[in-house]
Amino acid sequence: MNDLLAGLQSAFGLIIHLDHDLVEISLRSLQVTVSAVLISAAIGLPFGAWLSVTRFRYRRFAIALLNALMGLPPVVVGLFVYILLSRSGPFGVLDLLFTPTAMIIAQVIIVTPIIASIAHQSMRDLWFLYHDLLISIKTTKWQRMKALLWDGRRSLLTATLTGFGRGIGEIGAIMIVGGNIDHLTRVLTTAIALEVGKGDFPLALGLGIVLISMAILINLAIHILSRTEREGTW
Amino acid sequence: MVETILPVELKNAIVRKGEKDIIGPLDLSFGATGCSILIGPNGAGKTTFLRLLHGLERTNSGAVRWAAKKSDVFSRQSFVFQSPVVLRRSGIENIAYPLYVRGVAKKAARTEAEKWIDEIGLGDVGCYDAHVFSGGEKQKLAMARALITKPEVLFLDEPTANLDGASTLEIERLILAAREAGTRIIMATHDFGQAKRLADEILFMYRGKIRERKPTDAFFNTPETEEAHKFIRGDLLL
Ligand SMILES: Nc1ncnc2c1ncn2[C@@H]1O[C@H](COP(=O)(O)OP(=O)(O)OP(=O)(O)O)[C@@H](O)[C@H]1O
Ligand SMILES: [Mg+2]
Repeated sequence: MNDLLAGLQSAFGLIIHLDHDLVEISLRSLQVTVSAVLISAAIGLPFGAWLSVTRFRYRRFAIALLNALMGLPPVVVGLFVYILLSRSGPFGVLDLLFTPTAMIIAQVIIVTPIIASIAHQSMRDLWFLYHDLLISIKTTKWQRMKALLWDGRRSLLTATLTGFGRGIGEIGAIMIVGGNIDHLTRVLTTAIALEVGKGDFPLALGLGIVLISMAILINLAIHILSRTEREGTW
Repeated sequence: MVETILPVELKNAIVRKGEKDIIGPLDLSFGATGCSILIGPNGAGKTTFLRLLHGLERTNSGAVRWAAKKSDVFSRQSFVFQSPVVLRRSGIENIAYPLYVRGVAKKAARTEAEKWIDEIGLGDVGCYDAHVFSGGEKQKLAMARALITKPEVLFLDEPTANLDGASTLEIERLILAAREAGTRIIMATHDFGQAKRLADEILFMYRGKIRERKPTDAFFNTPETEEAHKFIRGDLLL
């Protein structure tokens, strides 16, 4: 209980004073995960739409695989990216290991299947409703995908935010490929792990509270900005 | 119009689902003008028949032949479904959508859609999400969306099934106007009054076959088959 109170106190202290390190770490967390989520959405949303409107031989298998990829263990993804980016690995020359870029790459691999899979589920239901009409109007495949992406935008936003939630709280992969280097690759989750390791629970809790608040605020802000709650029933 | 896509001809056409022949074998054709109305009991195959002509169903044997080449045929038809499909966007955007698909510029498409939304009396609610529309309003919306492309053939599957008297007459006015403008109408209905008001000819469908095809008056006054006779009288058809 004391730890909790001290944690709250220290969190408020850090926030009110806009502690320089805290701001830096928080912004890096945002930078990494927002970049990763934007890239993942750019890949995952169209892919989900494509999967909804396309019939091919191994479609069921592809969907099952996608759903399985949602549960990729971050640590393994981190290891995989580490091997690819390490000096002796195939992309070693790019010298990306232990940089925010490496962390973004790892998170894209984790987040893309999540966004694609949730997006596909909602667009598949929409496609079921639209199917006859869009075929009757003689739309091209691209037009069908566009209609699903646009008309399903609210659930796609939810899919994207789910991906964000997964990314911002993720530690397994970014710890491995980022290395938790101060002023370079330290983010909220890795900082928390470090402080816990050092036994500084109040600071760790403070960082945790900042992390949670940030996730909530981002969700609220996006919902308000897009006015989806007020605008309609879908 | 360059050349007409009609007549359309069915040659020994059969649609099968599972083990069952749902419609057919059918041999008939539809010429370039007029309004043909399909009547018959529930499950007779009217919807399947319309969908087959429109290309949403395939024949399991036999064929449907249009007078023009395939790529031209479908873009010159519209279909209004038995339960209206609305897109999750505003009324205006719903109506404009087929024009967008055909590559009409956004502004021109919207202007045209605004004309149509006034035409169907939904001008005041056109900017709202069409999902909140009532059943009848959705039906009118589907009608406007079908007509905006000035189709050569218009398929209507019970377009007034959920409508009150006034709305029914409004839809009928739109159908008649389209017919005047040269659109070929092929529709299904359970409303005999409507069939008498609109149809040039009646096709009586029963258990997947066209049992009778006659000019409207002749059909209602002197039906030939026993089934048609019973159906008009309102007897149960088993
Ligand atoms: N995909 C399908 N699989 C199996 N049976 C089907 C399928 N589609 C339609 N049927 C059957 O085909 C028959 C004809 O259906 P259809 O919808 O064409 O009838 P309808 O004349 O339009 O009836 P209603 O007046 O009720 O609209 C029905 O018995 C229906 O159950
Ligand atoms: Mg029907």
